[in-house]
Amino acid sequence: MLRFEHVSKRYPDAGEALTDVSFHLHRGEMAFLTGRSGAGKSTLLKLIAMMEQCTRGSVLLDGQDITRIGERKIPYMRRNLGLIFQDYKLLNDRTVFDNVALPLVVSGYNHQEVARRVRASLDKVGLLGKEKKHPLALSGGEQQRVGIARAIVNKPKLILADEPTGNLDPDLSAEVMFMFEQFKQVGVTVLIASHDIELINHLGHRVLTLDKGHLVVS
Amino acid sequence: MKRNHRKQAGSRLAELFQAYLLNHAHGLFSSLGRLTRTPFTSAMTILVLAIAISLASSFYIVVANIQQLTGNLESSNQMSLFLHDNITDAAGQKLAEQIQQNGSVMEVKFISKKQALEEFKANSGFSDALNALERNPLPSVIQVVPKNALESNEDIEKLMSDFKQFPQVDFVQVDMQWVARLQTIMLIASRGVMLVSLLLGFAVTFITGNTIRLELQNRQDEVFISKLVGATHAFIQRPFLYTGFWLGFISGFLGWLIMTIMLLILETPVEKLSTLYNSSFDLLFLSFSEFILLLMISSVLAVLGSWAVLHYQLRQLKPQ
Repeated sequence: MLRFEHVSKRYPDAGEALTDVSFHLHRGEMAFLTGRSGAGKSTLLKLIAMMEQCTRGSVLLDGQDITRIGERKIPYMRRNLGLIFQDYKLLNDRTVFDNVALPLVVSGYNHQEVARRVRASLDKVGLLGKEKKHPLALSGGEQQRVGIARAIVNKPKLILADEPTGNLDPDLSAEVMFMFEQFKQVGVTVLIASHDIELINHLGHRVLTLDKGHLVVS
Repeated sequence: MKRNHRKQAGSRLAELFQAYLLNHAHGLFSSLGRLTRTPFTSAMTILVLAIAISLASSFYIVVANIQQLTGNLESSNQMSLFLHDNITDAAGQKLAEQIQQNGSVMEVKFISKKQALEEFKANSGFSDALNALERNPLPSVIQVVPKNALESNEDIEKLMSDFKQFPQVDFVQVDMQWVARLQTIMLIASRGVMLVSLLLGFAVTFITGNTIRLELQNRQDEVFISKLVGATHAFIQRPFLYTGFWLGFISGFLGWLIMTIMLLILETPVEKLSTLYNSSFDLLFLSFSEFILLLMISSVLAVLGSWAVLHYQLRQLKPQ
């Protein structure tokens, strides 16, 4: 599903962020990405999200090389991804419904289909009934669930989460992780960047550890 | 099975098209709504644009009015032969008949001193002053309209020198000369208006472009998030292009309104002046089709400015 082949990334002014990273995530596999700050976690996620391009090697998503993909094709490739962020990245001037609907509107679904899928998605994260609220009227945990609902509404093949529990207390974190495990059950590949060693060990999934740009445990 | 598949593909296409139209409609109205949400900023921008547009269209209408004024002079290339003061009416009449024999002359009209005075009294509004004069200061005139009107300058000049040979003629004046001069002046004026309008058009483009650039900066988060969920550039720039369209359209209308109000203010004194000159000059306003053209030009310029900025800036904006 997701394959890194000898991937290196060098920034012109910050030096090498990733060095010769190779791994493979299977369909329906869930894995954690750990490492200290500056170890290259964000860079690795950015390569998958096509926000950066690697200097050497190749990244394959569902068999397609996304490293040298044309600028015009990037939006269409991104529709196969569900992205979740530590700071939620919600649009605070729009309702929960509109936030979750964004990936569908962008892909050109009709009104009825959008409404149906958004409700299904909000139902999965337990926020049905809060569609008309604005994000700032919700708690942190609820906002993150809106972010998750937005990530899964397009039925992506791969979910990427960058420190999704970074701003949440342990109970809420466990709740969010439980959701991710459910996605894994239905065949979605999940990659979660996290500091939370305790939670990671408790859950017992595959762990990819980065140290100064090298993949040390896979 | 295959047919079913094709049907599905077809309905997905129809769905995409429907969503596309809906998206455009949404962009059109939401961008208008967005402008009203920041009324002060929007009003300032629109006013600046409207003033630029009203300036350009005012220059245009002023030139159009002057052209209207000079328009009926265009074909006039008649010559006026002013006779010496001592020539009697009978002698003048005789000369006129003699000139009529000339092959290149179409029409000849003799105006006696007395007739000239009457005409001048009637048209100038100086009748009281003229009555006060002891003797008639006006000369007799023979008006000559040449046959091959305006076709060749040389022919007319030759005719002119022929007429100058007559001892009775004091001097010959060809109206064409000052008409030609006036036409040249008008040509320069309309060129000037064109250049100034071009500059003002650039101003409209750049002002709108800059407004859209600021708007884009204000809505950076939205752009980033849209990009991350797979929005194409076309999708992201659509509402901004509609904002540009509204800016151009509204200020085009407002510019027309400003210009029309200015013309209405000028209309009464202009008409007064025109009656003083004994002429019936109607102030020319922008016609309906010109008004539509003005709206179209201002909208297109604004959209163009927005598009140029978006084309460049959307590439620069990379989600972090």
